[in-house]
Amino acid sequence: MSIFSLAWHSLNKRRLTATLAVIALALSVTLFLGVERLRISAKESFTNTISGTDLIVGARAGNVQLLLYSVFRMGNATSNISMESLERIAARDEVAWVVPISLGDSHKSYRVMGTTNDYFEHYRYRNKSALEFAAGQRFDDLFDVVIGSEAAKNLGYRLGSEIIISHGIDAIGSQDHDTMPFKITGILERTGTPVDRTIHVSLEALEAVHLGWQADSRALSRKVTSEQARAMRLAPSAVTAALVGTKSRFGIFKVQRYINNFKGEPLTAVLPGVALQELWSLVSIAETALATVSSMVVLTAILGMVTMILGTLNERRQEIAILRSIGAHPSTIFSLLMIEAVILALGGIVLGTALLYLLLMTLSQWVEQSFGLYLAIGLPTLYEIKLMLAILVIACLVGAIPAMRAYRQSLSDGMSVNR
Amino acid sequence: MTTSTGSSNGAASKTAGDPVLLSLKDVSFHWPGRNGFSLGVKSFTLAVGEKLFLKGASGSGKSTLLSLICGIVSPSSGSICIAGVDIARLRASQVDRFRVDNFGIIFQQFNLLPYGSMLENVLLPLQFSRERRMRATAAGTANAEATRLLLRLGLPQDLHTQAVTRLSIGQQQRVAVARAMIGNPRLVIADEPTSALDSENRDEFMKLLFEEVSRAQAGLIMVSHDDNLAAGFDRKLEISEITITDRPATV
Repeated sequence: MSIFSLAWHSLNKRRLTATLAVIALALSVTLFLGVERLRISAKESFTNTISGTDLIVGARAGNVQLLLYSVFRMGNATSNISMESLERIAARDEVAWVVPISLGDSHKSYRVMGTTNDYFEHYRYRNKSALEFAAGQRFDDLFDVVIGSEAAKNLGYRLGSEIIISHGIDAIGSQDHDTMPFKITGILERTGTPVDRTIHVSLEALEAVHLGWQADSRALSRKVTSEQARAMRLAPSAVTAALVGTKSRFGIFKVQRYINNFKGEPLTAVLPGVALQELWSLVSIAETALATVSSMVVLTAILGMVTMILGTLNERRQEIAILRSIGAHPSTIFSLLMIEAVILALGGIVLGTALLYLLLMTLSQWVEQSFGLYLAIGLPTLYEIKLMLAILVIACLVGAIPAMRAYRQSLSDGMSVNR
Repeated sequence: MTTSTGSSNGAASKTAGDPVLLSLKDVSFHWPGRNGFSLGVKSFTLAVGEKLFLKGASGSGKSTLLSLICGIVSPSSGSICIAGVDIARLRASQVDRFRVDNFGIIFQQFNLLPYGSMLENVLLPLQFSRERRMRATAAGTANAEATRLLLRLGLPQDLHTQAVTRLSIGQQQRVAVARAMIGNPRLVIADEPTSALDSENRDEFMKLLFEEVSRAQAGLIMVSHDDNLAAGFDRKLEISEITITDRPATV
């Protein structure tokens, strides 16, 4: 029997406790790697909320605030941008396209966003994926609605459903634009972004439902019917924000500088990636907390495993004395115990990883559908392999404790343990 | 110069006119951190092939003496020469090697690793000693030699590959003899090997032990408190005759 098979046989003799230690470690490894995958996927889906857009333009505001209301539909803009300014930006040579968006209304607590059909062309998420229609199509008529998948599902809407949108974003006390019902003509595929919870209408339709509101006379708007509105010229004079694409990457900073120094009204242009990073750093405390807790769980499992080995040392004094009597050096005893720790740790890591993949294969679809988190079932990443190695190294370091103890015990016990 | 690594596996012992297998001279030892228990040996020798009965109750320092002879602990001063090699001067790893090359050790009980079969237990020393492996395979394979030993010790072949946990204590002790004897050690150390056996098994065990030790022409030191076993040994000593122990009163 080689020293490796000695360690193996010895573990096999205690297979119940050894198996339990391996399972505890495996579960902790699954948790740890799983949390890391979720964390990375959450970060990725977060930073992939918007892609393909080079600049987000809004009234002068902080980067994060602008990002929050224009992309995440959270909070409100302090001020609008005039269409005239947008037209001047769009006219610049570097600019390829400008998609205006207008926010401020809601439908059953889902945000309504006014935009143009260009939005469906240019808005991109996760590696430049375009928005796809699960059913229906883009705006055709003035009161057409394209609805995000989550909103459609939760509200039970189908193509052809009629909806009334409300002024403002508070569920309570908002006033309905009830003279002008909208009709759902398009339902988007799920994206895992705030688009899923957005109700898209045309800019002109928003203009129509607000006819006369600027003068604060609801009476007027009450009288305007859908038919009358269709006959009117409904060019909005201002929007909330705009997404801008440039012709080349070199143009981005030029356009950004131009917008930030815009003569006429105070504007802000941010690079979505930069603002997303800034926003993510705000939530990274939670991220760190999560990672800390799961690594603590791994550490606990490693300690449990080592405690198990330590607990057996006393009953194994005779075994160690026998090995010493037939020529095993104390360092052989040390190696024997280390090999045990490594076998257990490797077993835990391998089993834990297998369990992780089993969970990924069974649950990833559900996670994607319920939380919009896309979990890739690829081979372990380099980062994950490094984590596994780190766990192994820590297990070896902690495993040295019983090994050292056995080493010293084997020196002091001498020939007999019955003393 | 006899302590060099090269000669530690020592054919030097067989020099003519030197019948001494083991000699201790001016040895002193104390256990680190054990209330200052110390043990000294002025002078003690064992001839090649000699069978010594060492009488001593537990607490007489017998375990310490055996540990010293086996090189499991090393003395603070003095020399312990086995087959011409002073193991007190060997490095720890050399002593461990020397031990397995030259000693067969039989404990009181629980001699066997609880995992592994009878055969695997007998073959264990060969794992650690090339010299023993060569001697054991001189006439064939190690397995064949182990099987022969076990058969001679009255352990039927169908037991050889079975787990040792099912064996009776008497059978376990005989397996321990086989393990001690495989590859012909120079010196067999047996620490109260019969204390767990009933009288019938004890007599059988002693007969087999003597046969094997004589066959290998090895020296034997057996420690026991039972005078009845002294018959058949070349010499009988009280432990107190060779050691000076100093054990301060414990609280």
